[in-house]
Amino acid sequence: MSSVDTTAEVHDEHHDDDHHDHGEFIAHHFDTPEQQYDSGKLGIWVFLVTEVLFFSGLFCAYVLLRYHQPEVFVAASEHLDKVLGGINTIVLLFSSLTMAWAVRAAQLGQNRFASRLILITMVCAAVFLGVKAVEYSHKWDLNIYVASHYNYIEGYHPDAPSEGLAGALGVSQSLINLCVLPAILLVGFLVAGVIYRVRESQAMSALYLAMAVMMGGFFLGAVGGQIYQNAAESAAAHGGDHGHDAAAGEHAEEAAVTGPDTTSKYPPPIGMFFSIYYIMTGLHAFHVIGGMVALSWLYYRCTRNHFRPDYYGPVDFVGLYWHLVDLIWIYLFPLLYLIN
Amino acid sequence: MNEHEHAHDSHGDHGDLPRYNHPVSVKLLLTVFFCLVGLTILTVVVNGFGLGQLDIWAALLIASVKAAIVCLFFMHMFWEKGFNIIAFISSLFFVTLFIGLTLMDTRAYRDSQDKFPLDKRPEPTVVRDANS
Amino acid sequence: MSTTPQAAKLFGNAIGEKGNYLNASRGIKSWLLTLDHKRIGIMYLIGVTVALLLAGVFALVLRSELFTGTKMFLTEAQYNQMFTLHGAIMVFAFIIPSVPAALGNFVLPMMLGAKDVAFPRLNLCSFYLWLFGTGFLLVAMLTNGLDTGWTFYTPYSIKTTSAVMYATMGAFILGFSSIFTGLNFLVTINTMRPPTMTWFKMPLFLWSLYATSIIQILATPVLGITLLLLFAERALHIGIFDPAYGGDPVLFQHFFWFYSHPAVYIMILPAMGIISELMSVHAHKKIFGYAFIAFSSVAIALLGFLVWGHHLFASGQSTLLSLIFSAITFSVAIPSAVKVFNWLATLYKGSISLVTPMCYALSFIFLFGIGGLTGLFLGTLSVDIHLHDTYFVVAHFHFVMVGGTLTALLGGLFHWWPKMFGRMYNDFMGRVSCFLVFAGFNLTFFPQFVMGARGMPRRYARYDPEFQIFHQVSTIGAFVLGIGVVVAFAVLVYAIYRGPKVGGNPWGAASLEWQSSSPPDYHNFTHKVVMNDPYDYSVMVYDEDLDTYIHREFTVPEKPARTEPEPTTT
Ligand SMILES: [Cu+2]
Repeated sequence: MSSVDTTAEVHDEHHDDDHHDHGEFIAHHFDTPEQQYDSGKLGIWVFLVTEVLFFSGLFCAYVLLRYHQPEVFVAASEHLDKVLGGINTIVLLFSSLTMAWAVRAAQLGQNRFASRLILITMVCAAVFLGVKAVEYSHKWDLNIYVASHYNYIEGYHPDAPSEGLAGALGVSQSLINLCVLPAILLVGFLVAGVIYRVRESQAMSALYLAMAVMMGGFFLGAVGGQIYQNAAESAAAHGGDHGHDAAAGEHAEEAAVTGPDTTSKYPPPIGMFFSIYYIMTGLHAFHVIGGMVALSWLYYRCTRNHFRPDYYGPVDFVGLYWHLVDLIWIYLFPLLYLIN
Repeated sequence: MNEHEHAHDSHGDHGDLPRYNHPVSVKLLLTVFFCLVGLTILTVVVNGFGLGQLDIWAALLIASVKAAIVCLFFMHMFWEKGFNIIAFISSLFFVTLFIGLTLMDTRAYRDSQDKFPLDKRPEPTVVRDANS
Repeated sequence: MSTTPQAAKLFGNAIGEKGNYLNASRGIKSWLLTLDHKRIGIMYLIGVTVALLLAGVFALVLRSELFTGTKMFLTEAQYNQMFTLHGAIMVFAFIIPSVPAALGNFVLPMMLGAKDVAFPRLNLCSFYLWLFGTGFLLVAMLTNGLDTGWTFYTPYSIKTTSAVMYATMGAFILGFSSIFTGLNFLVTINTMRPPTMTWFKMPLFLWSLYATSIIQILATPVLGITLLLLFAERALHIGIFDPAYGGDPVLFQHFFWFYSHPAVYIMILPAMGIISELMSVHAHKKIFGYAFIAFSSVAIALLGFLVWGHHLFASGQSTLLSLIFSAITFSVAIPSAVKVFNWLATLYKGSISLVTPMCYALSFIFLFGIGGLTGLFLGTLSVDIHLHDTYFVVAHFHFVMVGGTLTALLGGLFHWWPKMFGRMYNDFMGRVSCFLVFAGFNLTFFPQFVMGARGMPRRYARYDPEFQIFHQVSTIGAFVLGIGVVVAFAVLVYAIYRGPKVGGNPWGAASLEWQSSSPPDYHNFTHKVVMNDPYDYSVMVYDEDLDTYIHREFTVPEKPARTEPEPTTT
């Protein structure tokens, strides 16, 4: 018969951020830092399990559509830009690298270095969303929406906008609409950062300025994506006649091979592909946004020098989450973009 | 905190870290990253070959390799406790079960679904621009 | 036999410097912002009880409407809304969180000898998610109502004008509440067991909560995505479940039941865990077949993922798949029966005290037995074609959900009530409530088996005269059952205020939570917990001074060497 001491040390539940004694971040109900770390680690892995199953429903819908109506995918593929998708893949992979590196820095107690790596990760996340905004807005311009609103006509090209900000910048109105909220956030974070600097609250100021930089990343992605998009379109319009013909010929061939009526009596529900596309990428983007919030929190804690070799759990756990977001994209990219 | 950082950096073997703390070397992280970039380019290139039916399998295979190395090194699974690995991997088993059985079933009744009368399909709800 | 002062502190009413968890701090804020698992458990208990009473009133309204078979006070549309809300609130807001989140929250860390669950903030967050989710269901009820049935089947749920979006949002949020509870418990059991408590020295209630957590973690996210897709379907018409756009309405059923069949085990497994405790403690005998009961919990949890198709036998599911699902459904009977036989074997030659919790536990075995066996009828392909969507189904799942889970919940409440509040209830009145629940329940649902087998369809507001006698008996039974439940809660609540005080361990139970004072200290235990086999009752001996059972280690045999003035413990 043995006994366990359950009344070890009793710490106050609300830890005070300003002193740095050893047991500072050990919650009162854990006996050792290791127990706390192990609990958090298992918790985040289990959370990732729930995330995988959460996305599994979408993958299920995807598999069924792809299995039963492969012709939908062929028709939809012309609207998906492999280059933008590929760039976004690289951006996310790079953010995973900086995240993993930030974990290493936190493990070694290098808070300052970790905060810089986390900032890079945050910016990458925003760049990703900026590129995504260009992709979305381009589809919306072509009337490519979810199944019930899908209304794309072969060969349709929207007129260049002539009025307002959109006209001045030569970009579509839907992209401008998507940029409104990030712009407000960018300005808001900047203002908040300056105010806190004036008030001499360094950590808060650093946090808000970092978040402003992050939102800058969104515009970096959006501008870069749009420049590529414009270039690709003009290439298609000028020298791209050949390519276009080839594509059209390929389509005709495809139609001749499968025949319109062999698998289904009805035109393929191409809109269904985009329903799945929007839900999958939208939900993924939502997870990216969640990751940005969590990363901002980590950034703040790094600037407060919270992490030590025996306490770096939060960086590790957010890192695992971030890698999962990356993992999901690793599958989404070939499934949604690489279709022939 | 600065002297702390230097103190840790000077130890190559990290001998004074708690036993649950295994930092991954920068070299390994960079290697993994470049492998991932390489595989991404590879998957785009392979996609260009036009392998037909094999396309999707090739793409999935490459994606799985990428996912595996992200899991192993970025997510520290290589050094992870067995229980956590089993917990995470088991999710894949349940996903397979879910998708597999559902796919098996929808195959059986798909024909009847295609009989849904076309004239009852609603028109798209977006009003098209006048210029199109 | 006398006690050491330490024992008095351990098992009596003496408590640490902060006081017990009920009086450690005061004010509504100290409850709403608490991170203490015991208080969160109590808040959950209040919440789920309100949900139970609300949905119970709906049930009584439904049964009253069915008394004559013609219109009394509900139109057909109102009837549809009523049974939908009854089902949705009962399932999502009551049964799923009832045992794990209310009782489990209170008991689980204490059974581990721990101070709290692994993530106390997440625990509180999960409670508030429950509150918001239930709030959304109520908003749905108060705006346009909901008439899809709790299953939200497409394509009707896409078309109806009732408040499907609020309801799906509510169920979605409740799903996350459930996931977080499961995650918390799983991690707590994994990492916070005391070093000497190996997996096979855990109380069986923890095994069942562990198995439940596995289901919550693996299945509930699929419900989340299902409801999110349904929400998107309503908001944007994405078409995945809508045949009008080339979607597949049966796919929704696959999605839904991939969660909802395992969810049935989220409801029943914790109840089985309670019964394992009750049987052993109140028969004062070591549980029979510990390992079998433990593994059967896990087996039920895992098999539960392989049978969802038995809800689709009549939906055009492929024959091969129906066959597979039917066969696996039968196999779930094996671990369930393993449990029942082990409980019965535990009773054999035990010294059974027929206190209220034991009465409920015995009711459970009878009712769950019938509920489980009729499940086999429904799992049989050909029989199911006849019984599908009849009152037979209704009776079957009520035998499991109400006869099983609700009975076990009440039994568990009567068992742990003295621990939670330090007061004993009136045992006679407790047994009266048990009798009313048992009799009322059988009166309500037994006739439903008969009329279901004769073809009375479920979810109909009107019926042919030949079914009237069954419906009338059922309605009378429902009111008896309702009175029984109210009496049970009345007995319990009365005890909080007027019941006699009890010591730490009135039953002589051996699991760790009984080594704390009653009500437990703010930090659960003021002293070292003595590790022992949770089913070895010989270690607990009755102490006259304290009027409660204490651990043998703390008794001073015979020689009254140090009989200091004992703390009086009523
Ligand atoms: Cu079922």
